[in-house]
Amino acid sequence: MRTAPILDISGLKTVFRIGGRQVAAVQDLELTIASGETLALVGESGSGKSVTSLSIMGLLPRAVGKVAEGSILFRGKAGQARDLTKLDAEGMRHIRGNDIAMVFQEPMTSLNPVYTIGEQIAEPMRIHLRLSHKDAAAAAVKLLADVGIPDPERRARQYPHELSGGMRQRATIAMALSCDPVLLIADEPTTALDVTIQAQILDLFQKLQAERGMGILFVTHNLGVVAEIADRVAVMYAGRIVETGTVADVFRHPRHPYTIGLMRSVPRLGEATELRRKGIPLPTIAGSVPSLMLLPKGCSFAPRCPYAIDACRADVPPLYETGSGQKSRCIRWQEV
Amino acid sequence: MLPYILRRLATGLLMLVALSMLVFVLLRLAPGDPIDAYVNPNVAMSQAEMDAIRARLGLDQPLPIQYLAWLRAAATGDLGYSIQRNGVRVLPLVLERIGPTILLMAAGLVIAIVIGIGAGILSAVRRNSPTDIGFSVIAFFGISSPAFLTALLGLYLFSVVLRWAPSGGMLTPGAPFSIGDLLAHLVLPACLLSIGHAALIMRYMRASLLEVLNQDYVRTARAKGVKEFWVIMKHAVRNALLPVVTLIGSTIGIAVGGAIFIESVFNWPGMGLLLINAVDTRDYPVIMGATLIIGACVIVVNLLTDIAYAAVDPRIQVA
Repeated sequence: MRTAPILDISGLKTVFRIGGRQVAAVQDLELTIASGETLALVGESGSGKSVTSLSIMGLLPRAVGKVAEGSILFRGKAGQARDLTKLDAEGMRHIRGNDIAMVFQEPMTSLNPVYTIGEQIAEPMRIHLRLSHKDAAAAAVKLLADVGIPDPERRARQYPHELSGGMRQRATIAMALSCDPVLLIADEPTTALDVTIQAQILDLFQKLQAERGMGILFVTHNLGVVAEIADRVAVMYAGRIVETGTVADVFRHPRHPYTIGLMRSVPRLGEATELRRKGIPLPTIAGSVPSLMLLPKGCSFAPRCPYAIDACRADVPPLYETGSGQKSRCIRWQEV
Repeated sequence: MLPYILRRLATGLLMLVALSMLVFVLLRLAPGDPIDAYVNPNVAMSQAEMDAIRARLGLDQPLPIQYLAWLRAAATGDLGYSIQRNGVRVLPLVLERIGPTILLMAAGLVIAIVIGIGAGILSAVRRNSPTDIGFSVIAFFGISSPAFLTALLGLYLFSVVLRWAPSGGMLTPGAPFSIGDLLAHLVLPACLLSIGHAALIMRYMRASLLEVLNQDYVRTARAKGVKEFWVIMKHAVRNALLPVVTLIGSTIGIAVGGAIFIESVFNWPGMGLLLINAVDTRDYPVIMGATLIIGACVIVVNLLTDIAYAAVDPRIQVA
């Protein structure tokens, strides 16, 4: 850890009201991010990783979702740590796009089709930095150049439909960076892109982080991306973090059966063709993610876990310290 | 842009010819005869005398010859003479009536657009609230009430019972012209004309905005820290307007039909009133001239709608 954390989440519980019942989409969530650090939040669909990022942003669908417990301490540009769960709507609005910015998954749909790229990038600077139209427009062109878009003056005048997917994602990154945020939340920013474009966008994130020193919360389901970009990783399953640590530690010695299963499920080029020749299916984790409304008692992963014993089904295991900052929510972490 | 407009105007011209042909044939298929309305019922007239009048007016010629004669003259801008009003040319007659009709329709549409879009936005933003449900119930009645009914009920309620507005005409007879007087006469018929359109626009706007509010770019706007008011008005409403603009364009043609009822109920000196009188007396040249001009107006308005659509949505290339 380089400096004091800019984001310190503890005991976070986010609930959704579904058919009169309250369902916890995220619970017991602890995580910290320091400036200049990239934390990858990994998990399958429905594991709660996007809900976590929306909880930080205060963008949960108001009618059904809310943060029920816990605190989200955030140290913004002003330097003082504040609990985001206690801020009112107007206070949160001043932080969004300014101190914390977000890049979304779908570059095709996350830009407004009826405004030019330049206008959309300039908007947060007019709101938060109070730049004039002219200054904000000039700054937008510079940002487009910073994210590697050639001919930025022309691109700024174009509409989203005139840009390719990779270009649009660069534009949304420029938009997120416009107010020089302390924390950047990237929610699967490369998932919708071609593999070659993915690599370029990841490089861009690393370059921008080196230049600007912001913290990044990188939400993804792709372990390859984690290895490429993150310093630390937190693996989520059914709304809880099940393992966390530095990328090197977790990848070398995973201490949770779910992490092991995930890593085994990544097809490697040579191995996969070998298996295909022998007619063996690719390895998967047996079973499927449980419905959050019907979580099993005890460890949520127990029904799919090859290591599960009776003790696993009794109580939700705590996060065990497994050495050098690595933690695992498995009572048998020493054996796996 | 210019070639597109010229092409659209050329197809519009063909549509006008087709329209005139259709109206011409339908008129002759309908029972009745202009001479019956022309002659004074108190003066005895022999069959021979009536045939002589028919021959003088060219009504004894075969239909295709009559039509071609009309078309040839119309092409040079000569729409002929009214049969029923001696010696009155059709073109000036129609042109003098078009102003009041455009005024009434434009006023009705502006009211419909303002109310429809405003109520639609409120309904969508406060979805399932009492406001939303109230607007929806009102819109339901607005869509289901026919123009002739709302016109008569409105006339009775606001002019006869409440005496808030004059019961007909465009200006107070004999009084010097004033804008205030014109507006006082305009308000009631324009509002009644707008009811059905406002209701339709409101329903469309509500549905369209609800869909847009779920779009990713609306979430992006919130993530940028845009004020909620501007998230709706700047980022969502402009996108939601796209289908509504098309709807408004296509209802203008329908509005002509509504305007005819309103004009006859309120004795508004417009095309509708002229047309109804002309149909009653089988005044063929006036009917032909009026439908031609109304058709031309609808075609131009539809073209303007498409151009407006391109202005709202940068993805549409008018070409």
